[in-house]
Amino acid sequence: MTTVTTRPESAFAAFRRRFVRQRLAVVMAGVIAVMVLVALLAPWITPLDPNAQALLDRLAPPSTKHWLGADDLGRDVASRLIIATRATIWAGLLATCVSLLIGLPFGLLAGYLRGWADTVLSRAADALMAIPPLLFAMAIVAVLGRGVTNAMIAIGVVTAPRFFRVARGVALVIREETYIEAARSIGCPTGRIVRTHVLPNMMSPLIVQISVTMGFAILFEASLSFLGLGVQPPDASWGSMLQRSTRFAGDAPWLVLLPGLAILLTVLAFNTVGDAVRDSVGRENRRLA
Amino acid sequence: MIRTVAARLATLVVLVWVVSLAVFALVLLIPGDPTTTLLGDNATPEQVTALRTSLGLDDPLLMRYWRWLSGALQGDLGTSMLSSYPVTQAIGDRIGVTVSLVVSALVLSVVLGLVIGVLAAVRQGGWFDRLTLLGSSIGIAMPNFWLGLVLVTFFGAELGLFPTSGYARPGDGVGDWVAHLMLPVVTLAAGGVAEIARQARASLVDTLRLDFVRTAAAKGLSPLSIVGKHALRTAMIPVITVMGLQVSRLFGMSVLVEAVFALPGIGSLMVASVFDRDIPMIQGTVLLATVVVVVVNLLVDLSYGWLNPKAALT
Repeated sequence: MTTVTTRPESAFAAFRRRFVRQRLAVVMAGVIAVMVLVALLAPWITPLDPNAQALLDRLAPPSTKHWLGADDLGRDVASRLIIATRATIWAGLLATCVSLLIGLPFGLLAGYLRGWADTVLSRAADALMAIPPLLFAMAIVAVLGRGVTNAMIAIGVVTAPRFFRVARGVALVIREETYIEAARSIGCPTGRIVRTHVLPNMMSPLIVQISVTMGFAILFEASLSFLGLGVQPPDASWGSMLQRSTRFAGDAPWLVLLPGLAILLTVLAFNTVGDAVRDSVGRENRRLA
Repeated sequence: MIRTVAARLATLVVLVWVVSLAVFALVLLIPGDPTTTLLGDNATPEQVTALRTSLGLDDPLLMRYWRWLSGALQGDLGTSMLSSYPVTQAIGDRIGVTVSLVVSALVLSVVLGLVIGVLAAVRQGGWFDRLTLLGSSIGIAMPNFWLGLVLVTFFGAELGLFPTSGYARPGDGVGDWVAHLMLPVVTLAAGGVAEIARQARASLVDTLRLDFVRTAAAKGLSPLSIVGKHALRTAMIPVITVMGLQVSRLFGMSVLVEAVFALPGIGSLMVASVFDRDIPMIQGTVLLATVVVVVVNLLVDLSYGWLNPKAALT
């Protein structure tokens, strides 16, 4: 007779099982992986020089030379779309890192210390949340100068309250747990408690927030570049490509369609993966997510 | 109730004060000497002196803040650095356009979003439900200025159905006003429809699983009355939150829509001011937008009490 031994499924295995079941999310995770790869390899995989002008090819429709057509200066659209992936992913990463680096420590402090520190920090977060993000980013750009770095730091600052809320919420719940009390009673320093107990417990809500913030920041990079305040010419960005396209939309509709589809797909990918991670967190951890 | 309102009002005042500090602090962020940054290296000493006086740069910081804040409280947000036109007046000239745009888009988002959300929720898992889920994900991820460009290219330019740029005052003919707002409002509302539909669906699906709905069905109430009279009211609470967030979002996004359709509203004023680095104009616009958002959020908070008497106690 054989005995069947079933080991309890680990939390990560359960998470993976639930995530993989959401097929669209798996596809979108693949999209993100491809985007990151394209961004890393961009300078070596563009079919033509993205900034080379060829006036004979002005507004050329898609052909074997220009797979996705050429813009009003005869620049290859496919190459520009590829090189712009770099600016896009970089902008998203920059904004998300700024957001995380501000929101996480302050959120942990507020939730862990409570009292007046919590009140002051929470009020500041509320105030930041109340300012429309695009207007805030525009104001910062007006003061510091145009360019994608300034714009994305501004977006990072304005989205920091999202990470603040996640971190504060988790810290508030966890500080009451018995194992924290146990750790504290054996004299474990606060920094170590935060590192070994609090941070691992907030991984899934953090991943959700990182994914959603990436999508959000990429949308804002495109918006600001569309207004001419983000990526500056001659560098390519999906947003600035759209801005130029407006004047030639009638003659060259691909100039309008392609960069927009690229933005849509990328933002959709980050949002879908974020949602799927949230839905895949087991019930045991759901209250935190 | 009065105590709740008073407490919320007090929070609101603190919030607006913190935002006013942040907005005022923008001047401090100007790198180097503000006059050189704003006027360029070739400015004459007279221009520099004039700017220093108009920005009040020679006064102590607290005094400058106090002067700006007390002016703002009396409706004086300073004057433009380029045209010496009062900021309040510039905003007043243009606010009608933005308000028409944002309010129409909000109404469209709420009506369409609720209808779609409810229809999807009552047939959960059906084809319309699945279409709604996919459509709302796309709607949320889609850059609205791109939708505007696509609409301009295909509906405006190709078919010639609607004007694709500019604005007509309602005083000069309501038909013209509506026609000029048609494409911009659809563009601006798309994301809002998606967000509200998704939230309304999710919230109603959850509510329909609750015991009181089963009781109502067991009593023999018609599905229409269960959803319309009982479930929807409970399901509305998170939807109202999303609606409140939409006001802030629509206000921000109207900047892009105004740029696409060349509408002379607050958004285009803001874009022009950013290019000109017209700081007082930017401070005024951001402060105004924030106050609008904060007041709307207060109204949303208060509406919870009306929808759910239990929430009013806390």
